[in-house]
Amino acid sequence: MAEITVNEAPNVIVRQKPRNFFVDLLVRLVKTKPLGFLGFIIVMLLFLTGIFANQLAPHGWNEIMLQYRLSPPTPELPLGADNVGRDLLSRIIYGARISMTVALGAQAINLVIKLALAVPSGYFGGKYDLILQRFIDAWICIPGLALILTVMAVLGPGMWQVIVVLGVSGGIGATRVIRAAVIRIKEEMYFEAARAIGVPTGRIMMRHVMPNIMSIIIINLAAGMGGVITAEASLSFLGLGIPPPYPSWGGMLSGAGRQFMMVAPWMMLWPGLALSSVVFGFNMLADALRDLLDPRLRGGLGRYGGMSQAQLEKLAAKKSH
Amino acid sequence: MRAYLTRRLLLTIPTLLLVTMIVFMLVRFIPGSVLDMMVAEMSATSGEEFKDVEGLKRALGMDQPLHIQYGRWIGVWPQADGKISGMLQGNLGRSLWTNEPIADILRQRIPVSLELSILSLLFQWTLALPIGVFAATKQDSAIDYSGRLFAITMLSLPGFWLATMVVVYPSIWWGVMPNIVYVPLVQDPIGNLQQFILPAFITGVAGSAGMMRLTRTMMLEVLRQDYIRTAWAKGLSERTVLIRHAVKNAFIPVITVIGAQLAGLIGGQVIMEQIFALPGMGRVFIDALNQRNYPVISAINTVIASFILLSNVIVDISYAWLDPRIRYR
Repeated sequence: MAEITVNEAPNVIVRQKPRNFFVDLLVRLVKTKPLGFLGFIIVMLLFLTGIFANQLAPHGWNEIMLQYRLSPPTPELPLGADNVGRDLLSRIIYGARISMTVALGAQAINLVIKLALAVPSGYFGGKYDLILQRFIDAWICIPGLALILTVMAVLGPGMWQVIVVLGVSGGIGATRVIRAAVIRIKEEMYFEAARAIGVPTGRIMMRHVMPNIMSIIIINLAAGMGGVITAEASLSFLGLGIPPPYPSWGGMLSGAGRQFMMVAPWMMLWPGLALSSVVFGFNMLADALRDLLDPRLRGGLGRYGGMSQAQLEKLAAKKSH
Repeated sequence: MRAYLTRRLLLTIPTLLLVTMIVFMLVRFIPGSVLDMMVAEMSATSGEEFKDVEGLKRALGMDQPLHIQYGRWIGVWPQADGKISGMLQGNLGRSLWTNEPIADILRQRIPVSLELSILSLLFQWTLALPIGVFAATKQDSAIDYSGRLFAITMLSLPGFWLATMVVVYPSIWWGVMPNIVYVPLVQDPIGNLQQFILPAFITGVAGSAGMMRLTRTMMLEVLRQDYIRTAWAKGLSERTVLIRHAVKNAFIPVITVIGAQLAGLIGGQVIMEQIFALPGMGRVFIDALNQRNYPVISAINTVIASFILLSNVIVDISYAWLDPRIRYR
């Protein structure tokens, strides 16, 4: 009888080569979430259109061709022209650039504010936390649109104003979620262990807190993009966002678009379709990311703890054969 | 429980105070602009240059430092005539342009917004709750997928675009135009409802998407709990398991959202009121923003925020009452 000591135990653990976090995420997205991947493609299309707008657009965004005034979609102008004869396709393409800039800019500001306010608030607690939370309580009592509209009316319309306002108000509104996540981490065993062996605060932040709130941050960012794009469109629609003649999708839906909507409904159709599909893309992507990243929602769901009714029926059908 | 309630109610006081401060400060980033606009307007109407800017400033109370303006506004500091009359005394101030008391303006406008909100909430709940519950009980079925697809599509369509499309295409195809002259409910109830039904339906459908998804998620979470399995194992009927055990528990978080929407809708109908020409609070708000009518903006923000604060308290209390598992310190 051969004796096996602990040291000689065969090493049977197969280590999977660790993949980069984002590569892994993308692979899982493609493999398991077809709709999420569709969203990813739409989002990428938006970004590419926004970046290469100059190359893609057949005409300038404010190039007036009076001979095409109110032209319906034709082979030369595939999406038609507006009331002063500007090519709608080109305006939509440049509109993608506006939407992209606003979404990225606002979410970047949002992220900075969120982290700067929420992480210390959750981590250190105390008086700072108490005061900040009361302030946020008050802040979220004022409805988002009213708040944003008020500040926009004071600042005046313009792209930078929109980005700053949407970023700041979104960031303050979202601190709750991050703070709650940080507090949850503080109750974990590994956090306590790290504190007990004397790991300095900065290192705990980088090694334990940040990686663990990463998934929430990514989900939040993706989910917020659609909201920011809609908010910009609503502001421009109400005349308080990006002023004409700039081709913001929301702005194209108001003003002249509404005035001529009965004669030239295509002026209203395309910007709305572009807006909706982009928001749809961000929503699908965010949904898929939530499923992939949020461990609480992972695993089987359903009536019999693990399998859904449909899965069970499939299984039963298989067994009866 | 009683201690919790007292604490919760007392906490609303500093929050309300902070809300009024935020609302007050927001519109005063640029205190000069409204004066400039008024001076320009007065010069244009009278034909000669308006010179008494200081007098106008004094008349509007803008010559005082900010904290005194704030104190006067909320009603703890005497006004210029020595009387204490502010928000606390029920005086919301006067419109800068027409000098009309803001309370009077709002008294006419709030019912319109309220009616629109209530109607759209009714549409929202009758759509979202049953479909959400049904989709969860038949997870991964065709109904589940179409419900989710519907929800995600509705989440992506901006309400104002949907509303415009709903107005434009029927009128092009069939020549149907919605009535855009406001009919009060007491004068002509049927005409009034006809006017409200379309905007209310659109906001309701758009809002139902999020709620449907939440209901579905919560139902799924509850359906895999042990007590549901126990209920099935006891041999209870499907109806009893679903209604008595699952829905009751799944709806607890949904109620929070209902509370938030209840209040949010009152202020959130800005765009729909604009499109369908309904004279509600949203319309006044947009007009006030465009004219920089600061007292009106602040008053509307405060009213809406107070609504929200109140409904938050109600939600918290009903939460404590509905879910005895939550411990309150």
